[in-house]
Amino acid sequence: MADLRIEHLNKRYGVTTVLNDINLNIEDGEFVVLVGPSGCGKSTLLRMIAGLDGASGGDIHIAGKLVNTLAPAERGIAMVFQSYALYPHMNVRKNMTFGLKFTGVRPAERERRVTEAARMLRLEELLERYPRDLSGGQRQRVAIGRAIVREPAVFLFDEPLSNLDAALRVSTRVEIANLHRLLKSTIVYVTHDQVEAMTLADRIVVMNRGCIEQVGRPLDLYYAPANLFVAGFIGSPAMNFFEARVKSVEGGRACVAGPGFRSLDLPAGHLKIGDALTVGIRPEHLAQGEDGPLAVEGVVELVERLGESSFAYLRRDDGRLFVAEIRGRQTPPPGERVTLTAAARDVHVFDASGLRIATPNDV
Amino acid sequence: MTVEQRARSLGVHLVLIAYSVLAVGPILLVVMNSFKVRSAIFGSPLAPPDAATFSLAGYEKVFRSSHILTYYSNSLIVTLVSMALVLLFGAMAAWALTEYRFRGSTALALFLSIGIMVPIRLGSVAILSMMRSAGLNDTLTALILVYVAQGLPMSIFILSEFIQQVPKDLRDAARCDGVPETRIFFEVVAPLLRPAIATVAVFTIVPIWNDLWFPLILTSSDSTHTVTLGVQQFLGQYITDWNSVLAALSMAILPVVVIYVILSRQLIAGLTSGAVK
Repeated sequence: MADLRIEHLNKRYGVTTVLNDINLNIEDGEFVVLVGPSGCGKSTLLRMIAGLDGASGGDIHIAGKLVNTLAPAERGIAMVFQSYALYPHMNVRKNMTFGLKFTGVRPAERERRVTEAARMLRLEELLERYPRDLSGGQRQRVAIGRAIVREPAVFLFDEPLSNLDAALRVSTRVEIANLHRLLKSTIVYVTHDQVEAMTLADRIVVMNRGCIEQVGRPLDLYYAPANLFVAGFIGSPAMNFFEARVKSVEGGRACVAGPGFRSLDLPAGHLKIGDALTVGIRPEHLAQGEDGPLAVEGVVELVERLGESSFAYLRRDDGRLFVAEIRGRQTPPPGERVTLTAAARDVHVFDASGLRIATPNDV
Repeated sequence: MTVEQRARSLGVHLVLIAYSVLAVGPILLVVMNSFKVRSAIFGSPLAPPDAATFSLAGYEKVFRSSHILTYYSNSLIVTLVSMALVLLFGAMAAWALTEYRFRGSTALALFLSIGIMVPIRLGSVAILSMMRSAGLNDTLTALILVYVAQGLPMSIFILSEFIQQVPKDLRDAARCDGVPETRIFFEVVAPLLRPAIATVAVFTIVPIWNDLWFPLILTSSDSTHTVTLGVQQFLGQYITDWNSVLAALSMAILPVVVIYVILSRQLIAGLTSGAVK
């Protein structure tokens, strides 16, 4: 059990900056998910917390102790790898106890920990088996077991579900959530899958190009993305963006308009007439109808049917595509022209530099 | 199987059988003739020994009139110690060169690969004078040192390739587990290198066991001769004792075959299956 504090962390390889001034506080017992596109530095950050990669600058504190110069084993962490990384020539029991031999854990205590972890992860039957005889899900459970027996202050997960098939991924995800409830330990979890991030995290850290874009609870990120990147990254299919301009500023309110939608009223703030803005709207918040502050028109090009809903890809008159989620059985046929609207509270507005501007909903 | 497949497989097997006959034939001739009387060796060299031609004269002579057991144990000592050292140092060097980046590591790797290209015999004279000034001439230690130097470059080269295939996550997992670096090498990486080590062992043993050159220049007394050198005393300028030569050669072949059979069982691929994915 421990908190984790990262201050001004940097990582450079030659002239390439992989991580740029990362600051992050993770509380004791918190489940934090690092998410971002590949190459954003999330795995590097995790490996630096683990001590597998050194920092070019900055500090990492685990449980109040500066761990910059400590070896991985001295940091009180345990890591679960995407590839499981089980020792192939050792059976499950040996896989779990191997590391304990070197950290001064007595045989009786080792045995107790393995028994307990095996019970927790339903591995009792598998203890004498070798990794090659296990299925993917079982191997991942062994890898988690090997982390648990170390009784670490912080668990580090590096895309642990990426190698599992879809069904197993869902059930293992639930198991990890349960495990966190049971162990109440601090967890840092890296994934590129936003469903994993949304379902597991107490807080999500969205990363992009070596920087943290936003830190927040899952629904905060969904309902109030801090910038264009987070808005586009969280949610599937991605948010639609429309260009807009400030048409008039009057009495503390700015009137925003753009091609394809009705004018929109915002608190003016620093906005001036002519300012370029981006208006974002999620596919699931677009509905067929005429009412609403934001109405967009388009011709249906393609409809993807998922069952409970469908995704319609529509082309606007200016040639841009956007996506709308359509609920129910009735889907517009390709070629039909439809008008879609969204409620004021579902509209996101970003300024020219991509930062969020308070919307009617926020006020 | 279609006719075409059958024909192709037959063709492949014919080629393989022909090659096997070519490879095994001479060895079979040596062993067969070592059990025959002298006249039969020359009279019908291709015939197997029968009641009339069977004779153990060669073996008797070898055991009676030479230090064959000493030669044998010398060869065994030199080969096995060299092999063990080549494997140990080779694997450790390969691990260091692939796993750690340090000043001069590239230059060192390059230097070692030169050893593959330049035959060690080119340095015979230098080696001889070096051994002499070190007081090591006419010792098995001299032979072992030379053979270790001879076998190391290739073994480092082969083992580096295999070490690179050991998943990096495995070493990182061991580091997170608190396993010391030396134990990571000996207890995590080395067991996964077994097929590679068997390969390197065979590659190392055969040339050492069969070598005549270095025993010839570095050893001078009976107590340090190896089998290949010992056999030479039966090959005279005027008379050659073929019974003894063939008997000694047959005995020299045996250990290599035994070692090969043992190691080939270790050449099990797919040991890493189950480690990742």
